[in-house]
Amino acid sequence: MSTVLDRFGTVADPLVEINGLTVAFDGVKVLHGIDLSVARGEAVGLVGESGCGKSVTWLAALGLLPKKASVSGNVRLGSTELIDAEPDVLDTVRGGRIAMIFQDPASALNPVLRLGKQVGEALALHGGLSGAAIRAEARRLFDLVGIPDAARRLDAFPHELSGGQNQRVMIAMALAGKPDLLVADEPTTALDATIQAQILELLTKIRRETDMALVLISHDLGVISQTCDRVCVMYAGRIIETAEAQSLFDTPLHPYTQGLIAALPPLEGVRRRLDPIEGNVPEPWNLPPGCAFAPRCPRRGEACDAGVPPLAWKAPGRFAACIKALQAEPVRPREPVYA
Amino acid sequence: MLRFFFLRLGRAALTVALVVTFAFVVLRLSGDPALIIMSVDAPPEAIAAFRKAWGLDDPIWLQYLRYFSAIGQGELGQSMRDGRPALELVAERIPATLALTLPALALKLGIGIPAGIYASLHRDSLIDRIVMVTAVAGFTVPSFVLGLVLVLIFSVQLGWLPSGGQESWRHAILPVLTLGIGGAAVLARFTRSAMLEVLGQSYIRTASAKGVPWPAVVRGHALPNAAVPTVTIVGFMVGSLIAGAVVVESVFSWPGVGRLLVVSVANRDLAIVQCILLLVAITMVSANLIVDLLYGVLDPRLRSGAKAGAH
Ligand SMILES: Nc1ncnc2c1ncn2[C@@H]1O[C@H](COP(=O)(O)OP(=O)(O)OP(=O)(O)O)[C@@H](O)[C@H]1O
Ligand code: SF4
Ligand SMILES: [Mg+2]
Repeated sequence: MSTVLDRFGTVADPLVEINGLTVAFDGVKVLHGIDLSVARGEAVGLVGESGCGKSVTWLAALGLLPKKASVSGNVRLGSTELIDAEPDVLDTVRGGRIAMIFQDPASALNPVLRLGKQVGEALALHGGLSGAAIRAEARRLFDLVGIPDAARRLDAFPHELSGGQNQRVMIAMALAGKPDLLVADEPTTALDATIQAQILELLTKIRRETDMALVLISHDLGVISQTCDRVCVMYAGRIIETAEAQSLFDTPLHPYTQGLIAALPPLEGVRRRLDPIEGNVPEPWNLPPGCAFAPRCPRRGEACDAGVPPLAWKAPGRFAACIKALQAEPVRPREPVYA
Repeated sequence: MLRFFFLRLGRAALTVALVVTFAFVVLRLSGDPALIIMSVDAPPEAIAAFRKAWGLDDPIWLQYLRYFSAIGQGELGQSMRDGRPALELVAERIPATLALTLPALALKLGIGIPAGIYASLHRDSLIDRIVMVTAVAGFTVPSFVLGLVLVLIFSVQLGWLPSGGQESWRHAILPVLTLGIGGAAVLARFTRSAMLEVLGQSYIRTASAKGVPWPAVVRGHALPNAAVPTVTIVGFMVGSLIAGAVVVESVFSWPGVGRLLVVSVANRDLAIVQCILLLVAITMVSANLIVDLLYGVLDPRLRSGAKAGAH
């Protein structure tokens, strides 16, 4: 499924709509106004180097950040506002409408509780199930996510399973509440390559079967490209480019995205030199005056330091936060939606 | 599991043997019981006879073997002072000691654990600060100082409670408080840090992310994990039910095992000292053994780790 963004960068009839989301820790802003919407059933990739705010965006949206974080902006799920929502509102949304799974499945599961109990808890909360029904449903979920010997695994503890198996348990747990959106925060980073591919395949399969939307967070564009319809590239607490996956790969507009793609290992055939972007992400408390990417940008000019370039419409369905990306040719020319 | 149990049991027995040996060596090296028990100006023949009667002239390894095989047969010797069986003399004092240490333990658990949990959940709140300051104070102020301060306030100044002796339950209040306050503070600190550690873990966030209400996250996910390190310190407290009151019993002239120990050491009444040390070692080691087994119950990782270790 592919979703076209309107000229404000919003999907039509969004399931979740994030507007101007900012987060600061101890007075240091790490998220500078994120606008991001996700349509029903859509798969959105969120990509960027470590520390750019991918996790914080969704932790903030679900109210999962520690108390010391100050969050502002709006996150709307249908008619429900999630920022500063009451605990009982958040508790029905979390797991029930938006589920989230995390990077390191071994530490994301409670070490002293049996897996069946951990999955069962979600079923009791959101499925209204109890007793034997919970166990039967948990078993069905384990089968669904491809955990062999499901009945026995229900009584196992996390340390008795491999990382890949535990991530399957996490996915089963996330599916327990039949959510409209699954946020998968680097679900495969801690796993080795073969397992990584299996988990991504599983996520794709589930999405096909359930029409659940997916936000896949990763610092690996390769992972995103296999799984997602649309990609948002983040840099230093901002979204700096967003587009349909195919056009983003074919003609990246932002120099940072271009750098990320140049750094990808070639998929097949042609050998290409790996070109990692030089330099480091600036610290959140020490951002450049203008474009945050300027210190690393090969196309940087003086104007780039004048102010932070906004995420602006560049072509139909294409947005980038770069003052030099004006002349980009759309990949598949199409009438601008507002014309 | 069974094999794990016996392995631990063997280790426990070995620990007791080591403690007893250590006590034996230190005591025999630190002075001549004959000279202390008989007065210094006793006639040399009397001293010689005493030494012969107690086997003090034999080589130390022989004394050690004799002592050890006696313990093996449950024979703990007689008091060198009044000739009564050491075990009997010590056993007489145990109820008095437990009358202080058991209520003190209840106080430690009843105040320390809830205070620690509360402090961890309301980090940097006023109560958290109070708990932390009290904990540091309770940790650093020696119990005899605390005991004396309590006596000064409640006996000398206010005249509410007796300052020493064992005539009524009111006499137990100050020593129990002295023992309990410090321990509660220590336990609160341990519980707090165990909870903070656990609350920062990823699986707590997972529980919240699946919609578990916060009180249930604390009860169902955080507490069972925080129990593991907390059990260690509670086990240590249970292990010191007998030995933990030496200072406080002396401050409040409470006739328990601790006071008997102090008096017997001063008198070089070796049989009694050894008997008490053996008793203390056994309580400590048993508490440790129970803690080890509890670990397995509380944390499945340690359970199978133990299995793997035993094979
Ligand atoms: N609990 C926290 N306290 C203080 N700062 C935090 C906290 N969590 C995140 N940050 C900061 O917020 C910024 C964004 O972090 P975030 O975890 O969202 O990055 P990320 O894009 O998910 O990176 P990664 O790929 O490493 O997961 C970073 O600078 C990080 O140091
Ligand atoms: S705005 Fe300037 S510095 Fe920033 S990415 Fe574009 S060209 Fe580079
Ligand atoms: Mg992250």
